[in-house]
Amino acid sequence: MSTTEERIAAQKRLRATRAGTDTIDERLGSSKFLTSVLDKIFPDHWSFMVGEIAMDSLIVLIITGIYLALFYVPSSKEVVYAPTSGHVYIPLVGQKMSEAYQSVINISFNVRFGLIMRQAHHWAALIFLAAVFFHMARIFFTGAFRKPREINWIIGLLLWQIVALEGFTGYSLPDDLLSGTGLRVIYSIIESIPFVGTWLVYALWGGRFPGTSLIPRLFVVHEFLFPLLIIGLLTAHLMILWHQKHTDFPGPGKTETNIRGSRIWPQYALKAGGLMMLVSSVIFLLAGFVQINPVWIYGPYQPYTVSAGAQPDWYLGWQDGAVRLWPHWEFRSFGHEIANPFFPGLLLPGILLGIMFAWPWIDKKIYKDYRAHNLLDRPRDKPFRTGVGAAAVTLFSLLTMASGTDIIANNLHVSYEAIVVALDYLVIIGPVVAFIIAYKACQRLQEVDFHPIQRPVGGVIYRTPDGGYHTVGDVHHGPSHDVPADAGASHGSGEHGSGEHGSGGAGRDSEKSVPAPSAGD
Amino acid sequence: MTDTIDEKQTPFARNPRHFGIDPGEPWPDDVPMDQDDTRWRYQGDPKGAKKAERRIAAAWTVTLLASIGLAAVYVDGANNQLAGLCWGLAFGGLGVGLILWARDLMPGHDVIASRGHHNVSSEADRIAVAESLGRGLDPMARRPFLLKMLGAVGGVFGLAIAFPIASLGPRPHRNLYQTAWGKGVRAVTQDGTPIRPSELPVNGILTVFPETNPSDALSPTLLINLGDADYDTPPERVGWNIPIDGKTGIVAISKICTHAGCPASLYNVVTHQLVCPCHYSTFDVLHLCQPIFGPASRGLPQLPIAVDAQGFIVAQADYSRAGGAPVGPGFWNRG
Ligand code: HEM
Ligand code: FES
Repeated sequence: MSTTEERIAAQKRLRATRAGTDTIDERLGSSKFLTSVLDKIFPDHWSFMVGEIAMDSLIVLIITGIYLALFYVPSSKEVVYAPTSGHVYIPLVGQKMSEAYQSVINISFNVRFGLIMRQAHHWAALIFLAAVFFHMARIFFTGAFRKPREINWIIGLLLWQIVALEGFTGYSLPDDLLSGTGLRVIYSIIESIPFVGTWLVYALWGGRFPGTSLIPRLFVVHEFLFPLLIIGLLTAHLMILWHQKHTDFPGPGKTETNIRGSRIWPQYALKAGGLMMLVSSVIFLLAGFVQINPVWIYGPYQPYTVSAGAQPDWYLGWQDGAVRLWPHWEFRSFGHEIANPFFPGLLLPGILLGIMFAWPWIDKKIYKDYRAHNLLDRPRDKPFRTGVGAAAVTLFSLLTMASGTDIIANNLHVSYEAIVVALDYLVIIGPVVAFIIAYKACQRLQEVDFHPIQRPVGGVIYRTPDGGYHTVGDVHHGPSHDVPADAGASHGSGEHGSGEHGSGGAGRDSEKSVPAPSAGD
Repeated sequence: MTDTIDEKQTPFARNPRHFGIDPGEPWPDDVPMDQDDTRWRYQGDPKGAKKAERRIAAAWTVTLLASIGLAAVYVDGANNQLAGLCWGLAFGGLGVGLILWARDLMPGHDVIASRGHHNVSSEADRIAVAESLGRGLDPMARRPFLLKMLGAVGGVFGLAIAFPIASLGPRPHRNLYQTAWGKGVRAVTQDGTPIRPSELPVNGILTVFPETNPSDALSPTLLINLGDADYDTPPERVGWNIPIDGKTGIVAISKICTHAGCPASLYNVVTHQLVCPCHYSTFDVLHLCQPIFGPASRGLPQLPIAVDAQGFIVAQADYSRAGGAPVGPGFWNRG
């Protein structure tokens, strides 16, 4: 297709491009680095997109958040609702409320496009947290946290915690009835910490609940401290990812020492930009059509009222659920007490989080595998780990469900108590059952198919009129296209520690003898 | 296939450096040599390429129209649904167009390259870094006294600079146990009016606040007229209620849940149970307000009340002064 003119045009363009890159290079010596950036190879799999979705919603969060901060008033000063100009929300007229709450009502009704920015901000937060959860699950189930990527696992967990706190502080800023109730519960949870609890709450709240110091402080934390930490940690996360290169699933032609994928420039970059636009599109469609956090309906916070069906946003539901299900234990002796909310509110999440932080090292012990990996596990190849993950997801889901017990009870017309008692048993039994099912399912799946790096390589074979053959499709032109499992540093040896592979082995060996079609003879 | 050969003569033809391998190194056998990532989807198919171009243009036209729509919506008073639709379409068109452009008209064929470094440095480099660190660490190790002193001084100074944190809030003290109730403090409603016992019908329930400081968050209290219901009265609580016609009459109970401090505000008149909507702790009002379901482990405290000279309901003392348990959720030095 390329004509002479086209080639001349290309030469011209190259000269023009060089004028640009040379200008920079003469100052920064950046050409080598830039080439490595543009040429960087990124493996392709839909599950690697989840981290990107998290990043994209974070960008929407930051932009909409800056906009909202221009109108929000971080003050607990009591005012009587009477907006000076524009629309008035009649049901609230004459009610006492904080300036903060009034400013949020104002953003919703008096700032043009204020409501859509508020709703986009909230939806982006929910999608962000959902993406982070999925991303974390993908990392866990595929063993992407293994050496050398333990540092990113740790940074990721820190990010997850800060991001959830960022969500909670944001949720609390409007000072409406629902968020005030959430703050009251958090206050009690912190107050219940042995030794230092009362000191901590007095320091955070500037005295007794609710006080007037908290809202301005929450604002500083939500607008400055946490975003700073998130951006800092995320930068480290991505720089490490960049340096270490992304993992990939095993597959034809892929080994521990090579990487297969498309280059960042141009295709990957454009697709990533497109994905960001699509994520924004979904967020804004939701913001337009699905109402979220209508604080004008909840009303301003009053310490003596509460609405039934008070739930936190979904990503904190599991902690709320644990607080609901925990038995009515308290420890009292020698004039001291460890109050009930401490156990489900801090101790349980603390223990679970501790296990998660330690998991890369627990995993090494379990599989007696201390080596570095660039090829991922398929979940089925590690039944024990997958079982643990399934148990964790089940526990998480059941606790989240427990946070909505009153809503479930109302909708199913069963007694609230019955559901709580049922869930009390389920949170113990459910994870165990999930573990067993996942474990067995993995073993079964191992038996029925064979590992991708052992599967016959090939595609459609064409016979040409002159008698030759060529293959189109899943083939690569290398000397080692039917890499056996024991090839060099690749997948396989050293991962048989727990003997899980026992049942699958024989079946796979026989499958392996399927002849691989090869190209062009 | 002649296209491809032509295409290779563009200035962007690849050389092995691009596959992540130093030209001086032996070629690893898991990286194929004859790769070509300059191919794109509709290469050699001008019709297909034209169609692809039209699809992309259509997507971006949507963005164009939606942007104009956005301006109209803004001027027209910013209807939220229409705004969401326009924003969504504008972003969506842009995104779809970009992705189609990348997929159909951009080179991006999979290639296989060496991972190069394996996140491990050479032995020489590893020795070098330890030696460089040693340049400073050795002289430090020769002065154990200074090291220890630095540690100790650092610790003390660290504590000293923590003082600004102490300014964040007051020291917890007796007011942890106190509410705004006290001897003779009137119970008032939300709008500040005092109450006479006769104003509360049997099975009626009313949230009241101490007149002296109605906004105190630990003080909200429920007045419940129990009528002739059989109310447990241990000896120390005799005289804490306002009897009506010689029956149990009105009792005052803290509204602050002993679990995590939500207002326990759902009252079941038939069973005389109070339920807290936060985590559904249920309290049995007739039996010292003890918890009978849910996570709370302590009863709701009772406030001793009486009628003052003008006939309004007042407190006899604060909750804790009266010998009852302090109000609200637990903490370490509460016991
Ligand atoms: C603020 C939230 C986060 C953002 C924006 C984020 C972003 C990303 C992105 C864009 C990638 C590369 C694409 C991908 O593999 O999906 C990535 C990789 C990774 N993330 Fe995250 N992440 C976040 C939180 C987490 C969490 C909670 C964990 C786990 C606890 C985690 C662990 C990892 C690891 C180990 C990798 C390397 C994966 C590999 O090479 O296969 N990240 N992250
Ligand atoms: S705060 Fe009342 S049950 Fe938890």
